Amino acid sequence: MELYTLLRQFADSWMLLFLFTFFIGVIVWAFRPGSTKAYKDTANIPFRHDDAPAPSQDQPAATKEARA
Amino acid sequence: MAKGRKMSNYIKLIALGLITLFAMIGTNYARDLAYQVHAIIVMIVAGGLFLYTLRRTDEPKMAPAGLENEYFDSVIRAGTIATAFWGVVGFLAGTFIAFQLAFPALNFEWAEGLANFGRLRPLHTSAVIFAFGGNALIATSFYVVQRTSAARLWGGNLAWFVFWGYQLFIVLAATGYLLGGTQSKEYAEPEWYVDLWLTIVWVAYLAVFLGTIIKRKEPHIYVANWFYLSFIVTVAMLHLINNMTIPVSIWGSKSVIVWPGVQDAMIQWWYGHNAVGFFLTAGFLGMMYYFIPKQAERPVFSYKLSIIHFWALIFLYIWAGPHHLHYTALPDWASTLGMVMSVILWMPSWGGMINGLMTLSGAWDKLRTDPVIRMMVISLGFYGMSTFEGPMMSIRAVNSLSHYTDWTIGHVHSGALGWNGMITFGALYYLVPALWKRESLYSLRLVSWHFWLATLGIILYAASMWVTGIMEGLMWREVDANGFLVNSFADTVAAKFPMYVVRGLGGVMFLTGSIIMCYNLWMTVRKAPAKEASLTVQVPAE
Repeated sequence: MELYTLLRQFADSWMLLFLFTFFIGVIVWAFRPGSTKAYKDTANIPFRHDDAPAPSQDQPAATKEARA
Repeated sequence: MAKGRKMSNYIKLIALGLITLFAMIGTNYARDLAYQVHAIIVMIVAGGLFLYTLRRTDEPKMAPAGLENEYFDSVIRAGTIATAFWGVVGFLAGTFIAFQLAFPALNFEWAEGLANFGRLRPLHTSAVIFAFGGNALIATSFYVVQRTSAARLWGGNLAWFVFWGYQLFIVLAATGYLLGGTQSKEYAEPEWYVDLWLTIVWVAYLAVFLGTIIKRKEPHIYVANWFYLSFIVTVAMLHLINNMTIPVSIWGSKSVIVWPGVQDAMIQWWYGHNAVGFFLTAGFLGMMYYFIPKQAERPVFSYKLSIIHFWALIFLYIWAGPHHLHYTALPDWASTLGMVMSVILWMPSWGGMINGLMTLSGAWDKLRTDPVIRMMVISLGFYGMSTFEGPMMSIRAVNSLSHYTDWTIGHVHSGALGWNGMITFGALYYLVPALWKRESLYSLRLVSWHFWLATLGIILYAASMWVTGIMEGLMWREVDANGFLVNSFADTVAAKFPMYVVRGLGGVMFLTGSIIMCYNLWMTVRKAPAKEASLTVQVPAE
């Protein structure tokens, strides 16, 4: 088979199916149970560490506090 | 450690010495002027760095202690200055060439072959897209990735290499255009050795950005970083594939592309439209998803929508390129595919716009009191307008009227000035007080002035280009009863004159606004009261 035909056939079938399934999967994933709560925390990331990085692993308490 | 540093210094000296030597030979053997000038620039830069490194070799180096507890902001400060500077340069070049079109006498006899429209036009596009937009993207991405990862930039001084390396790329590209060193691919004009240099800088950029994400202290990767990362990765891919060239000689700037005919055209517009999609859209959406919530002091409207926005946008944009090649040698199926994908793309674009706008819900009063957020909101307005206009123009029947006319230019500018320009101005107004630790901006009144000058300037620009574009398209297709064309090309040029003057005035207003911004930002650093040291600790919002 010609390389072009081969690639074209693959793109029209399996790759299309893969990309489509992946995309549907993303939407399902975004609406999974419990996502609202998790995303509430994620959406607030910009408001946590304006002036300095989080302290290193030795003091995990501080990170927790900032999250509360 | 000290030994390792010494060793790396020797390697650096050898490399810089060899580059300087190579550039010297290049200066001598250069086959064209652009290459010769570039060899001289490279020789001076590499030679200067050689001396700088040499003078510092064997100096005791202070250990960088405690840096992990601070953000790496000096490179971002440099980035904001570069953004403002290149912005003014790019707008000035654009305004000048707008008047060159209205008044051809401005293509001065003495500057022929250096500063005529054909040479200045790529200088303008690259200055605004890659110099202004690129510096804004690099600076804001470094700012955002640190704050949302709660970690210092990875790679130490590699970030400085990215910054200065990118400025060198801009200088090489710009001087090349003026001297005729171009491979004539729109938005990918730089010749092969400049492309190679950009590849090195871009890989370093990816390393710094990804390295910071990998060592992040937040468990999740904030959505802005997804957009930035897709922009960096996709631009790398586009750049490599669209610039597959073989140099004619190692001592000359000319090169030959490996792709044949229509494939080359398709790859060029696959590159070209994704430069719009990933450089000017995904990257700037990263900005939007950080700076609008920050300025509005509330989280993004829907985080779920932002995830769907991201995946839908990157899945669809990559296919839209063929709409640049309607009615050409490109097969019909490809051009139809591009058209359909472009129309579907309307949806994620508006999803993102709504997500940004609705972030303000419950805080709409800020539009009245805060001109910075007004700027960010109008940028979303222009984003919505141009992402509606774009899909419409990609429809083949509409394209048969709009293509090759000034309508396209108007569309591009409502997107670039309105969306990219305004969101960048908003980000700069946010960043300068934050980076220089100032209480607030020097003057909100001046921000308002900037806002209105820029907005009215864009409206003059876009409206005049709609009128002249549609007029031109209709004049080109007008035939008389016997089937002969009614208008000659020169007729359309003459008819466009008043609109060209209006467009130039719009440019003057936009440029004036940006100069006011530079003054305001300068005075913010010089005069605005410093933030109290005690206030640098986070205080809960009232």
